[in-house]
Amino acid sequence: MGIEIFGLPMMYYIAMVAKVLVAFVFVLLTVAYATYAERKIIGHMQVRLGPMRTGWHGLLQPIADGVKLFFKEEIVPSQSSTFAFLLAPLIALIPAFITFAVIPFGGVIEVAGYKIPLQIAAYFDTASGRVYDINVGVLYILAMSSLGVYGIVLAGWASNSKYSLMGGLRASAQMISYELSAGLAIVSVFMLSGTLSLNEIVLQQSGYNGLNWYAFKQPLALFLFFVCSLAEINRTPFDLPEAETELVSGFCTEYSSMKYAMFFMAEYANMVTVCAITATLFLGGWQGPFVSSFVLLGPVYFIAKVYFLMFFCMWIRATLPRYRYDQLMYLGWKVLLPLALVNIVITGIIGYFIK
Amino acid sequence: MNPITPILNGLKITLAHLFKKPVTLQYPTERPKVAARFRGLHALNVSHNKAKCVACYLCPTVCPAKCITVEAGEDANHDKYAAVYEIDMLRCIFCGYCVEACPVDAIKMTGEFELANYRREDFIFSKERLLEKK
Repeated sequence: MGIEIFGLPMMYYIAMVAKVLVAFVFVLLTVAYATYAERKIIGHMQVRLGPMRTGWHGLLQPIADGVKLFFKEEIVPSQSSTFAFLLAPLIALIPAFITFAVIPFGGVIEVAGYKIPLQIAAYFDTASGRVYDINVGVLYILAMSSLGVYGIVLAGWASNSKYSLMGGLRASAQMISYELSAGLAIVSVFMLSGTLSLNEIVLQQSGYNGLNWYAFKQPLALFLFFVCSLAEINRTPFDLPEAETELVSGFCTEYSSMKYAMFFMAEYANMVTVCAITATLFLGGWQGPFVSSFVLLGPVYFIAKVYFLMFFCMWIRATLPRYRYDQLMYLGWKVLLPLALVNIVITGIIGYFIK
Repeated sequence: MNPITPILNGLKITLAHLFKKPVTLQYPTERPKVAARFRGLHALNVSHNKAKCVACYLCPTVCPAKCITVEAGEDANHDKYAAVYEIDMLRCIFCGYCVEACPVDAIKMTGEFELANYRREDFIFSKERLLEKK
């Protein structure tokens, strides 16, 4: 334990690698089984069964899909811009996963006398006895979520196909419109919290009953942020960039094999990320009853909240048809953006008088 | 108009559907219930160990798809019988007119509906293949 690298104990590095591995594998598995869950849930909502053949009730379906995609023929269109075409799936996929670096998924656990905060980019300082994480964690998340759109735009442009280009253009227009409202929606949360550190925001929402959740103080912000996030990650009812009825498959029309799978994974990883952010900012993150006495309950509560929100996403997908493009723009600029601004003003006024 | 209530109503409906029993039939393992008057593959009725068909040509005449081929022959008792009786299942539209037209109740339609095959020739059902299975 005495060995130190760059002024940090060996345990820090071991814990970091372990946290990264656990979180990454967990997100990957969640992504894989989110596809299965989505097919099952939407199937049952349409009074169908969903996948039933591969394994018990189709439980091996994600693995079968993965193997199939892995062995499919890799096609790079001859007229495409090859480098950008190959780069685009990576740009789409990586930001979706690295957002998890700042999301706290539990309290501080103690392993062999060393205290580990359950948040990847965080460090427990023994001298001051508190957790230090990235103090602009939310900004980092917003930056990463806007990075993902580059992958989609690049894919659309590099494919050299009109459907792909249309999909990419729609994606960029949609993401710019909705990122604004999403960003403004969570500003009102920061006005209450006074910090951008996700760890701090979660700690402020502690308590047995969950009444400290920002969902109760900022219900409008929760609604706005969730709707805008759905639009940002291109999920129904805002899945215009890949509207099958109009654009074949949108930006990923020309993609096949593993590159297509990467877009697919990015889409679901984004869904997991957005649900995790919503749970962290509004639903108290890993906070819940008895979490102060049993630290390991933290991840359980966090996962439960994330899965509930993911179920909600799928529920919405089974319910709502796709918005028309002009409706999408109308909703983004003329409804959600003013609402977010009004919410900030109201939060400011109330905050001024109550504080 | 209030845009939120219809969305909530929709969510309520889909949630209610989540708990309904799925209507899916797990086809190859679960068999569908074939109705009594289902019009599937034809069968030639048998009486006294031979087909009842007297080769009157009413069924190829009435057949709108022209898929029935009958050739008459004479048996040992100088009775008219169908020496050739073929139905081309690729042309048949399963209208059941042949069954209605038959004056001697020689043809019927069964509940058999799995008629896929690998070769074109296999869709032409000869008299032997059409004879009613006992």
